Amino acid sequence: MGQVLAPGVTAPDFTLRVTPDQTLSLGDLRGRPAILAFYPADWSPVCGDQMAVYNQVLPEFRKYDAELIGISVDSAWCHQAFAEARHLHFPLLADFEPKGSIARQYGAYRDGDGVCERALFVVDREGIIFWSYRSPIAVNPGADGILDALDRLENQEKSDGRTQSAGVGG
Amino acid sequence: MAELRVPVSAADHVRGGAEGKVVLVEYGDYECPYCRLAHVQVMQLGRHFGDELTYVFRNFPLTEIHPLAEPAAEAAEFAGAQGQFWAMHDAIYAHQEQLSLPFLLSAARALGLSESSLAAALEAGTYAPKVKQDFLGGVRSGVNGTPTFFINGHRYEGPFDYQHMAAAIQPLRSRP
Repeated sequence: MGQVLAPGVTAPDFTLRVTPDQTLSLGDLRGRPAILAFYPADWSPVCGDQMAVYNQVLPEFRKYDAELIGISVDSAWCHQAFAEARHLHFPLLADFEPKGSIARQYGAYRDGDGVCERALFVVDREGIIFWSYRSPIAVNPGADGILDALDRLENQEKSDGRTQSAGVGG
Repeated sequence: MAELRVPVSAADHVRGGAEGKVVLVEYGDYECPYCRLAHVQVMQLGRHFGDELTYVFRNFPLTEIHPLAEPAAEAAEFAGAQGQFWAMHDAIYAHQEQLSLPFLLSAARALGLSESSLAAALEAGTYAPKVKQDFLGGVRSGVNGTPTFFINGHRYEGPFDYQHMAAAIQPLRSRP
């Protein structure tokens, strides 16, 4: 297993299908924190599904102004059916062609298995990776690590803001 | 990661020993079929470990996939406010396939509680803040689906059948 991209690195930009006829780019989210959740596959058992839990936690993510994006190698059609069945209210991107090419850039692809790792990234408003985490493939990581990272990011932004205003004032 | 962040307190619903050596906290959803299966296993654990096991149930309704999980959780809290939490909890899991608003009202009546008070509490969302508080504490603790168990504060990653859970609990009961 390789390493997922570390904090401090610019998050590689991408443009992927979000529906069969629409694409979404990481750059579209510049100015807001982004949560990238790479996951192995749509259609895992409902009550233990990582995306179903994140869907339920969306209001908390939005308190930080953060946008959540799920990414797997499933196709846009598969994502569409999955999102409809589970009432998901956030975009699922299809890293489908060339398969897994974005996941590879993030160090989040499992060669041999042909699926994404369970890898999480919090990207700051400028597009720099602020936090990353790879969970063992069989362990759904939950949302605690993401929320802790968003807390730290918010605190850092506040202290940077204070530093800047102090600089201006004095 | 995945440590229980909200300590067991007087706000919790506790079953089994009040001060068991092993504390099992479950985050569950009343409409979740896996939670119904787990309920049977937990009852068996309770019979086996007796007062050595303290069991706590907290709400984690996945309302986007289980629309009845929220009213069921609020109904259990309503019953809990009148000392009947576990009776309602058991009734819901025993009849999960019948879960509906009329079922919750009739379950309240069967427990000697006021149907109209429950209807009013559900309408007003009286117990929604308690359910939400459970949910948010669970999210912060790394709850990753339902059911999620914590054994003495650590998220339990194994299968939630009796054999596996008993094996995880057994070595902890002998500690001084």
